[in-house]
Amino acid sequence: MSTLFDVPGPVARRRMVWVNIAATVAVAGIGVWVLTRLGAKGQLDAALWKPFLTANPWVNYLLPGLVETLKAAGISIVTSAVYGFVFGLGRLSSSKIVRTVSGGVVEFFRAVPVLLMMIFFYLGLGQMRLIEPSDVPLVAVVLGLTFYNGSVFAELIRSGVHGLPKGQREAALAVGLRDVQSLRLIEVPQAVIAMLPAIASQLVVILKDTALGVIITYPELLDAARRYGAGNGNILQSLVVAALIFIVINYGLTRLAEALAGRVGRRTAGEARAEAPTLVTAIGKD
Amino acid sequence: MDDGFLQQFLSLFDEFDVLAAFWVNIQLTFYAAIIALVLGTVLAVMRISPVPSLRWAGATYVTLLRNTPLTIIMVFCVLGLWGQLGLTLSPDFQTNFFRLAVLGLSIYHAAFVCEALRSGVNTVPVGQAEAARAIGLSFWPAARLIILPQAFRGSVAPLGNVLIALTKNSTVAAAASVAEASGLMKTMIEFRPDVILAIFLTFALGFVLIVVPIGLATTSLSRRLAVSR
Repeated sequence: MSTLFDVPGPVARRRMVWVNIAATVAVAGIGVWVLTRLGAKGQLDAALWKPFLTANPWVNYLLPGLVETLKAAGISIVTSAVYGFVFGLGRLSSSKIVRTVSGGVVEFFRAVPVLLMMIFFYLGLGQMRLIEPSDVPLVAVVLGLTFYNGSVFAELIRSGVHGLPKGQREAALAVGLRDVQSLRLIEVPQAVIAMLPAIASQLVVILKDTALGVIITYPELLDAARRYGAGNGNILQSLVVAALIFIVINYGLTRLAEALAGRVGRRTAGEARAEAPTLVTAIGKD
Repeated sequence: MDDGFLQQFLSLFDEFDVLAAFWVNIQLTFYAAIIALVLGTVLAVMRISPVPSLRWAGATYVTLLRNTPLTIIMVFCVLGLWGQLGLTLSPDFQTNFFRLAVLGLSIYHAAFVCEALRSGVNTVPVGQAEAARAIGLSFWPAARLIILPQAFRGSVAPLGNVLIALTKNSTVAAAASVAEASGLMKTMIEFRPDVILAIFLTFALGFVLIVVPIGLATTSLSRRLAVSR
């Protein structure tokens, strides 16, 4: 039973059948209307879709693009995790200065749009000439994603530790562990396990945001799809295929997050949720 | 930082209208927020309705849109909807791109508005509905007097999160050729590469000044409206 609806009786069930049929017709009608409009514009022509059943777009465009997307996402996940641990522990530190500085850094980078950071790093690294010019877009994408998502990870670790029952820390101190030892051995491991589902949800955000790289000339999946579509006159179809690839991968990650939320509950004293906790509440709080 | 540097940096603001660029972002956010709220509410009603086909349609929309990068949606709006299908929302070139960007932002964030509202409904314990029925309220009075008021209070904080994300994501309109803050920052850095850090911090601070008040406002609002259980 849901909050809103009682278990339906015979009259409600009969009414529901009719409403269901009407709604199905309406939804299908919208679908048919969209398809006929697309067909009228010639966008459903087999010639535009068929190339995606051949090897050429996949071998030369989409798969190399997907590799670049996964590369940027993979590196960003690792660097964000490191950043998140450093600043997450910083926000839990017993020193007020470390806490305030880490808090300021984390709040700042959560408020700045990722695209702004990517453009800054792209142009900044370009003029510093510290790294190979061909590596600049990748490094800029990774740095932009790291500062934002690392800050989110830091918040997840902090709110995970705050979500643990007080007794965990008290017990650790009672058996003679120091503050730092209690954090390292007792609290943070349980916080990370409790936050695993939320972390998995954040991976979807990282993967989606790699597509911002197209604006700073990083040759990822969206860029590859755009190049292929522009060269073959099927840009609309090409973008749809790229979007479907993203949807399939992200849907898998979302299901993983839900599965994790169901499984990790036993291994932590904290509360495991698939949804990321509301982070705005953290502003202005220690 | 000597006097000359500061003056040179400030002279940039005579040449480039930073406030106007931020104003574009605020407008994008404003219009997209309204459309996304309306569309998201419709989707949320579909998803919590007892009608299977509507539930399915709402869930499919959310799954598809939430897992697609916003950048693809933006590029699709310009190259697909406008370029291929000839969807024109305004005869004026600039206004057309602006409206296409609002459209892209709206359909993307509607999925998140829907989930925020739904999570609000989920904060209401089943006991509330059972108590409402026990005192003889039928469906509409129970929904109107007992459940929805609590559900809206519970969704203030997640809706605030969506609004913050939307504000930051309005920069992605750059992918739809809209002249907004991130594009102006790029132009300014290319014009004056020597003061790149100062330019970046100016724009970053601009977003902090917009986003943090929204966060503080929605947080205090959600605390004040919170139903204590």
